[in-house]
Amino acid sequence: MINKTVKDAREAVKDIPSGAFLMMGGFGLCGIPENSIAALLERDIKDLTIVSNNAGVDDFGIGLLLKKRMVKKMISSYVGENAEFERQLLSGELEVDLIPQGTLAERVRAGGAGIPAFFTPAGVGTEVAKGKETREFDGKVYLMERWLRADFSLVKAWKGDTAGNLVFKGTARNFNPMMAAAGKITIAEVEELVPAGELDPNQIHTPGIYVQRIFQGENYEKRIEQRTTRS
Amino acid sequence: MLSKQQIAQRIAREVKNGQYINLGIGIPTLVANYIPEDLEIVLQSENGLLGIGPFPTEEEIDPDLINAGKQTITMVKGSAIFNSAESFAMIRGGHVHLTILGAMEVSENGDIANWKIPGKMVKGMGGAMDLVASAENIIVAMQHCSKSGDSKLLPECSLPITGIRCVKKIVTDLAVLEIHPDGGFILKERAPGVSVEEIQQKTAGKLIIEGEIPEMTF
Repeated sequence: MINKTVKDAREAVKDIPSGAFLMMGGFGLCGIPENSIAALLERDIKDLTIVSNNAGVDDFGIGLLLKKRMVKKMISSYVGENAEFERQLLSGELEVDLIPQGTLAERVRAGGAGIPAFFTPAGVGTEVAKGKETREFDGKVYLMERWLRADFSLVKAWKGDTAGNLVFKGTARNFNPMMAAAGKITIAEVEELVPAGELDPNQIHTPGIYVQRIFQGENYEKRIEQRTTRS
Repeated sequence: MLSKQQIAQRIAREVKNGQYINLGIGIPTLVANYIPEDLEIVLQSENGLLGIGPFPTEEEIDPDLINAGKQTITMVKGSAIFNSAESFAMIRGGHVHLTILGAMEVSENGDIANWKIPGKMVKGMGGAMDLVASAENIIVAMQHCSKSGDSKLLPECSLPITGIRCVKKIVTDLAVLEIHPDGGFILKERAPGVSVEEIQQKTAGKLIIEGEIPEMTF
């Protein structure tokens, strides 16, 4: 079996250049590649384009990259939790492409699956439709959306093996599997890295073919945005 | 006038046995508290879960288990987890029966605006555009008027819209209304103590009043 293991996050992200087109898994702060983001922060690079459903919070996740002015453009569906993000957006320092969440997920899925475009009902008749081709199928109007593919995808899984197979836990799965497939080079960090053969092949969520580099992550903070309990 | 809880309580009466339901953030989330226990329904969370359970106890909190509002949650028995593409496949594919969401404005032909206030709020649409473009039944939960007293039920939306001709029913603090296929808000029920005249006065779009309008009971 091909061994995809790299030493650590620093090793995994060392060749990501300025201007790279990146994808980062996660929904809010759930399932984000904490270690890879931390290692990117140590790099002297800028003008990154990042596809991610959200943009982190001011002091965690992608928010840290924004604060260091490493990001040129975000492609996201919802960015409400980040004051620095809003400041950079309103001042014109940051470009933002806001797109419907299902369209974002499907554009990434299409990128990994080799489908250059598809039609979706989401956004028809709204400003999202501006400049896009529409077509009627069986009496309903749909919007054409293009695939998204990345130079590097940074994903986070619960368990992984040295062959790059990944298993996710709970709602930390979210965008990670599609982004893994849509990256030319996909960097996976896992909470538990095991030798190939130890994960049940029937339970793999992301097959190792999509993963080029994998490493054992450490010190996961797993910050919670809205800690809500019942009494 | 209905409280937020009563709006949620009234909407819960629309829920039918066997439905898969997506609840938006805010008042819609409260609907879960009022669904009768003898109904078997499943709540979908667009970040990748079918089977949202109650909020966790302090001991049960799992950072890897949140809803679309980023709140910590639990799962009911028989839950399923999936990725975001799968989640929206079941939404666009028409497998989710009922979507309940908030709005800033609804127009008399069923257009909804709830994602952007130009120059003021640029948070993004999240999953709302996918949901309203696809759900067979969409119920809006909102206040009848804005904080400044302007009607949110309009001839046409003034804010950037989220979806066209998609809302079926609206439950506000004053009334229950349905969208007429040819345009117009059909007044179905009044909140306790609220007159038809008051609803008429606070509805900027075309209001259709047919016969006696019953008062809601709680």
